[in-house]
Amino acid sequence: MTPVVPDPVLSVANLRVSFGQTEAVRGVTLAVARGETHCLVGESGCGKSVTALSVMNLLPRGIARTADHLRFQGQDLLGMSERQTARLRGDKMAMIFQEPMTSLNPAYTIGSQMSEVFERHRGATRRQAMDRAAELLARVGITAPGMRLGQYPHQLSGGLRQRVMIAMALMCDPELLIADEPTTALDVTVQAQILRLLQKLQQELGLALLLITHDLGVVARMAQRVSVMYAGEVIETGTVAEVFAAPTHPYTRGLLDCIPVPGMTRTGEPLGNIPGVVPRIPLGFIGCGFRDRCTLAMPECAQTVPLRNAGGDHFYLCRLPPDWKRAAAA
Amino acid sequence: MSAIVIVQSRPARRWLPAFRHLATMLGAVIIGAAVLVAIFAPYLTPHDPFAQDLNQRLIPPVWMEGSQPTHLLGTDQIGRDYLSRLIYGTRISMLIGVLTVITSGVIGITLGIIGGFYGGRTDDVVMFLITCRLSIPLILVALTVVALVGSSLAVVILTLGLLLWDRFAVVARTTAMQVRNLDYIAAAQAAGASRLHILLREVLPNIANHLVVVATLEMALAILLEAALSFLGLGVPPPLPSWGLMIAEAKEYMFFSPWVIITPGVALFVLVLGINLLGDGLRDLLGADMRR
Repeated sequence: MTPVVPDPVLSVANLRVSFGQTEAVRGVTLAVARGETHCLVGESGCGKSVTALSVMNLLPRGIARTADHLRFQGQDLLGMSERQTARLRGDKMAMIFQEPMTSLNPAYTIGSQMSEVFERHRGATRRQAMDRAAELLARVGITAPGMRLGQYPHQLSGGLRQRVMIAMALMCDPELLIADEPTTALDVTVQAQILRLLQKLQQELGLALLLITHDLGVVARMAQRVSVMYAGEVIETGTVAEVFAAPTHPYTRGLLDCIPVPGMTRTGEPLGNIPGVVPRIPLGFIGCGFRDRCTLAMPECAQTVPLRNAGGDHFYLCRLPPDWKRAAAA
Repeated sequence: MSAIVIVQSRPARRWLPAFRHLATMLGAVIIGAAVLVAIFAPYLTPHDPFAQDLNQRLIPPVWMEGSQPTHLLGTDQIGRDYLSRLIYGTRISMLIGVLTVITSGVIGITLGIIGGFYGGRTDDVVMFLITCRLSIPLILVALTVVALVGSSLAVVILTLGLLLWDRFAVVARTTAMQVRNLDYIAAAQAAGASRLHILLREVLPNIANHLVVVATLEMALAILLEAALSFLGLGVPPPLPSWGLMIAEAKEYMFFSPWVIITPGVALFVLVLGINLLGDGLRDLLGADMRR
């Protein structure tokens, strides 16, 4: 019983990754369709980035991923050799990282780094690749692309570098773009610009965008679909409208309570918070990962929790019934 | 109070960079001159460096009594022109310096980058090799090899090249370790770059400036070691005009004709000093470059 996404570009089922005795990702299932933005949201250390890296097969050496299936455009990513995956990376699936200040190699010019990707995957000449790079720089809103192509990363500001990273990811017309907190390291004003740019490009190019963030505001304005992660699990998933209208898992509810809403939050009253931190999940852990921080925890939360439907594509992982809030109020 | 302190410290602050700059320039000039002399040796020498003339033995250089204007730096114990031999000696020293650094650089950098980048068991193997190399006494092994195989320029270069890679390996390993965790390496992987590409095009250029400094140190060391081996009679075979060999051949005459030993000694000192000054300057310059 999982949400149905028709003809997904990326489809992950029951993904598991463990580092030594710690389980970082515990059975993540998600799907991203063409032309859709799927947000993966959660606090630090809940396994968002690890999920993204496992899709790209960029986990540190010696860390294995297992899954029921991991498909990209119908191709099985699990059975692929390193060489085959490398051929897809940067071509059909691209990734943008959090730190634009360090994601570009300081030893090469912007143009040489951008064109290299195109030359590698498309066998293009340097001149064709440079033309393509200039075209994309213009597309991501960089003025005087010709001049920028000849510059080194240290000559660019953080916002410009992130634009360059986006342009670089789009060099080969990818189907899937994974953006790992692309705006976290940027100024607030620049954040808004970058998000607007990503949204515009995603709509124009029909990208499947997997956006990782810890900011629910970003989710609300960018995404069609959202998956809330906690302690390596997707604890609630659905369309943004469904999840924001009726957050069902106590953790999602807690997250939304932390955000002040104009007109709704009364002045003088403290905002909500969730006591404690994300726990480390040892191998063989059973039950709800949130139970130590949950005010509604019961002894039965230590047993395997079922995935429940809250109507439509909206699913959550908790023992409580979908209308528990109303039942509690009554 | 504090203003006075600042005023007092200012001259010292200014003096140091200026001196560094001057020293680097001096080093560059010395190396440049040595390279030019080595390349154009046949056009610069007034005499054949191998031509003997027993009637003209041990003529002192021009600034001493009894000198001859045709032999600016005098002649050696079998009447060969000392300036010509010194000029040809530059060739040998530079050749040994450059080729040894290339050989040892290739070995050391390859091992170091692989060990530092991959870490784990690969790194253990590389560290073991470095430790093994460090526990080998350089001069003794060089002497043994040359004694067994026989002395020739090629043997000296190969022996030194195969022995002097340790510092390259250590520096390449440490710097590669620092670079491997940076985001642009992950970004390159995410863009589909192969492992070889990442090692050669992403890691190597970013650690190259450290390696250039090591190269200058190793070059100076190689030149000195060749001189030492030649002095011991197991380096470059006579009659090739190696500076070390010139010192060795001159040692019996040093009391009555000290210039025969002083001249190649000074040449060796100046060349090694020049290389080290340039290396020091490069370290400062490239270090500042990295801090951008």
